[in-house]
Amino acid sequence: MNIVLRLAWRNLWRHARRTWLTIGAMVFSNTLLVFMISFQFSMYELMIDNSLRVFTGHIQVQAPGYNDDQKMRQVVPGVQGLAEQLRNDLESDTVAARGWAFGLASSEARSYGIGIYGVEPEFEGRVSNIPGLIEEGRFLGEIDAMEIVIGAVLARNLRVGVGDELTLLGSGLDGSFAAAVVVVVGIFESGVKEVDRNIAEMPLGTFQDVFYMDGAGHQVVMQASTLEDAPALQGKVAAGLPAGLVVHDWTVLQPGLKQAIQADMSSAFFMYGILVILVAFSVLNTQLMSVLERTHEFGVVMALGMKPGRLGRLVMLETALMGLLGFLLGAAAGALLTYWLSVNGLSYPGMEEMAANFNLPGRVYPQVSLEKTVFGPAVVFLFTLLAAVYPALRLRRLHPVEAMRSN
Amino acid sequence: MTAVRCVDICKTYRQGDQDIKALDHLSVEIQKGEFVCLMSPSGGGKTTLLNAIGGLDIPDSGEVWVADKRIDQMSKGELADLRLANIGFVFQAYNLIPVLTAQENIEFVMQVQGVPTARRREKSLAILEEVGLTGLESRRPAAMSGGQQQRVAVARAIVSRPALVLADEPTANLDSKTADELMELFKELNEHHNTTFVIATHDQRVMRYAKRIIRMRDGRIVDDIEQNAA
Amino acid sequence: MRMLPVLSRLAWRYLWRNHRRTIVMLSAISVGAWAMIFMTALTRGMVDQMIADGISVIPGHVQVHNPDYLDDPSVNNRIALTDAELEQRFGEAGFAAWASRVRVPAVITSERESRGVTLLGIDPDAERAFSFVDYDKVDGRFLEGPDDNGVVIGAKLAETLETTVGKRIVLMSQDPDNEIADRGFRVVGLFHANMDVYEETYAFIGKRTAQKMLRIGDTVSELVFVGSDYRNVEPVYEKVSAAVDDSVKVSRWTEVDTYLGTMLGVMDGFMLIWVIVIFLALSFGLVNTLVMAVFERVREIGLMLALGMKPMSILGQIIIESMMLLAVGLLIGDVLAYVTVKPLESGVDISIVAKGMEMFGASSILYPKLYMDDVILSNVVVLVLGFLASLSPAWRASRYEPVEAITKV
Repeated sequence: MNIVLRLAWRNLWRHARRTWLTIGAMVFSNTLLVFMISFQFSMYELMIDNSLRVFTGHIQVQAPGYNDDQKMRQVVPGVQGLAEQLRNDLESDTVAARGWAFGLASSEARSYGIGIYGVEPEFEGRVSNIPGLIEEGRFLGEIDAMEIVIGAVLARNLRVGVGDELTLLGSGLDGSFAAAVVVVVGIFESGVKEVDRNIAEMPLGTFQDVFYMDGAGHQVVMQASTLEDAPALQGKVAAGLPAGLVVHDWTVLQPGLKQAIQADMSSAFFMYGILVILVAFSVLNTQLMSVLERTHEFGVVMALGMKPGRLGRLVMLETALMGLLGFLLGAAAGALLTYWLSVNGLSYPGMEEMAANFNLPGRVYPQVSLEKTVFGPAVVFLFTLLAAVYPALRLRRLHPVEAMRSN
Repeated sequence: MTAVRCVDICKTYRQGDQDIKALDHLSVEIQKGEFVCLMSPSGGGKTTLLNAIGGLDIPDSGEVWVADKRIDQMSKGELADLRLANIGFVFQAYNLIPVLTAQENIEFVMQVQGVPTARRREKSLAILEEVGLTGLESRRPAAMSGGQQQRVAVARAIVSRPALVLADEPTANLDSKTADELMELFKELNEHHNTTFVIATHDQRVMRYAKRIIRMRDGRIVDDIEQNAA
Repeated sequence: MRMLPVLSRLAWRYLWRNHRRTIVMLSAISVGAWAMIFMTALTRGMVDQMIADGISVIPGHVQVHNPDYLDDPSVNNRIALTDAELEQRFGEAGFAAWASRVRVPAVITSERESRGVTLLGIDPDAERAFSFVDYDKVDGRFLEGPDDNGVVIGAKLAETLETTVGKRIVLMSQDPDNEIADRGFRVVGLFHANMDVYEETYAFIGKRTAQKMLRIGDTVSELVFVGSDYRNVEPVYEKVSAAVDDSVKVSRWTEVDTYLGTMLGVMDGFMLIWVIVIFLALSFGLVNTLVMAVFERVREIGLMLALGMKPMSILGQIIIESMMLLAVGLLIGDVLAYVTVKPLESGVDISIVAKGMEMFGASSILYPKLYMDDVILSNVVVLVLGFLASLSPAWRASRYEPVEAITKV
């Protein structure tokens, strides 16, 4: 083995406790970073996935402006046909058409203003969780049945159960008066208050009749196989889209979600940055001391002919070895901790209430992945090397004779 | 009065895989006011004996009496008190606390003893004068010569008027002139204040000043001579 | 104790003997301290704002409802006490503010669109103190009394409805017999709120106007009480409970909005953890520094012990050195934090993530707030933990044998 490498290694262990303490700082920070980053990103993925799966889907085709204004007249013409065409083109059935209108729903006892969605009973379940979250009764059947499913909170507020009738009143696409009587065939519970209170779904055909849609709708919702595939899907859809329609991805459909993640990431990265800096200080301290106390020894070595540049490289090498140990041990410890949590889950007091707000379960199981494990420690390693630059540079200014006089 | 009395003391060290007998059934008595030189080749045991007398290193067996108190069975705390109150040390090197000035170094022992500020100041300045270092109060050790440093160390050792001063190779790092000056100082203190001096050395210059020379070899006393000092 | 001056002098001088190392450590501690306090100030500011906003929307610290109202917030679940009776029970009780209001779900319809809203029939003067609406910043005007015939809606809602001040809208709800209760109103004002969702959800009309429209006589939906400290609402809760019986339910704000209630506790917990994490990251360097310092001083320690200093004093000196280092570093960090937070206290604009902040329940302007309590907590935690961390190297230093120490080469 290279003698310089051997020398660097042995130098590290001349002061074992000091080296271990410095590595300790690295391992501590790395473990924390790996765990936190894994946890954080697992949470984000979960958050996005959960939120989108409930109702939004990964991408949607809409009329321009509909996403901001949600006006009845901003329609997707022939929405069912378009959905069918997309299913054929993409060879996938995770495509569903919808319409939306605001109306008053009245039961015997109560009335509430709600958002009424017309959905394709056959395909809605592919893009939304709601059909699968039916607690009582069943989901919708025929595309033109006079049926409706509502959220559990709405059912409670309206004082209705499965089998009861609801009267719907609203405005049709052409501004005329729209009314219908439908039967509640199912009640769903998603756990998200907003969804369970405000959403009612009826078959698209019925919807289009009641609200005089003339075959139009407002959205074609699509789900990609995974979140990462969504942009590609979006590209494909955009290419074949008729003029006058746009396709949005989830960042446009739920900007709050992306921004919430961004805000959280910023604060998290600030904290990570501080940790990295503190480790760097630790390394700087150790290496500075290590260099200063060897002044005499370095003086001798230089008098014997070694150039200061090589000494500087020696110091950097020592730092790199130390950093490597910190990296490996820390990454391993972090990965182990995360793995243990991925099996047992992590929960802290108060998490359940807070999590419900963000479509998250009360217990999170962070996932271990290579990037999430390596990223933090790699940055720490980088800063460790940077920290050693100053002490290494000081060596250049060393004069052999002076150096040997010290101590 | 008997200042120091050692009865049959033994001390063995382990070095590597060998046992070294630093003190081998050694007995000695030193009276108050004596000026004694301990001589031995390196490793002969003089430093160990000095440390034993000073309560720094307890022998494995035997008795050590200082000022009629038996010290080999004292606790660490009692020994510390003993050293603080009764014994002055001058070591070969590293006698001074580098971050304190000359005056502060001298006052250090008195501060630990609890002497009030005004008195401390008074005594330290007086002693600095006695050792001929007036004007150097505020200097740190790094800014003084070897000889000056040793003199500050001596000043510190004697400022609280200990009954016994133990010095280990006090002249080892000094040039001839300074060594002589230091020994003159010792002699003067011994004569004026009746302080007992026990000096371990193999410096011939020191020996000239001693009134009693004890030679040691391999942990035993081989010679114990009175002589007319310089 | 009397050793304190000499030990402190030694400690201070030893710190500066190796000034490079001390400066590096001080930098690390200052950065750590700054980060602790800065982050805490940001978080505290955000949470304060969130809670203040949240409470202003709930509204209040303590509420009273019909026991069935929270599950079923409809016009049927009212409080069966008239205004006169309420005035009698609560008027003199000395709350910072209190009000009674009508609150029912309704539908608002303009020429173009309809939306669901929460209709609030209020007494504007009584609610001024705690309302989330700033009456003076309303486009047009706010309601002038409980008999006002106008409606005030959020600016965002007006946009959605394609209506504005001066135009008419229809509010539709139901009366206790489940008959439609509707009325036309002129929009007299548009209010602005910290979050879009508030502007879209609430519509304000006069309390008596609401009572007439809904045909509910002199009854109301909810009572709101505000005390002086949202962190401690027990005094208010007790006062209110004492004045009512089982026919109504009294709720603290933490029960009405459990998310906010837990948020406080969770955030407090996070901040403490953050402080400890930073300290731990620093502690390696701190212990290392002390270990190195002690190692360099072995001979001097031996000397001091030989001269008769007690081992406890050596321990004390090392601890004092560590405490001084931490104290100076903390001081610098505190000053840095003060200097960086103060200019930001007038508001940091983070509207770029406004919608995200809404999800958290926070507004798009952050007002960091430096609380003395937080600063003190951070400093104390660091000093206490630092003291504990220094015990080991200090203890080792005091265990040296003078002879070994002096003869160490």
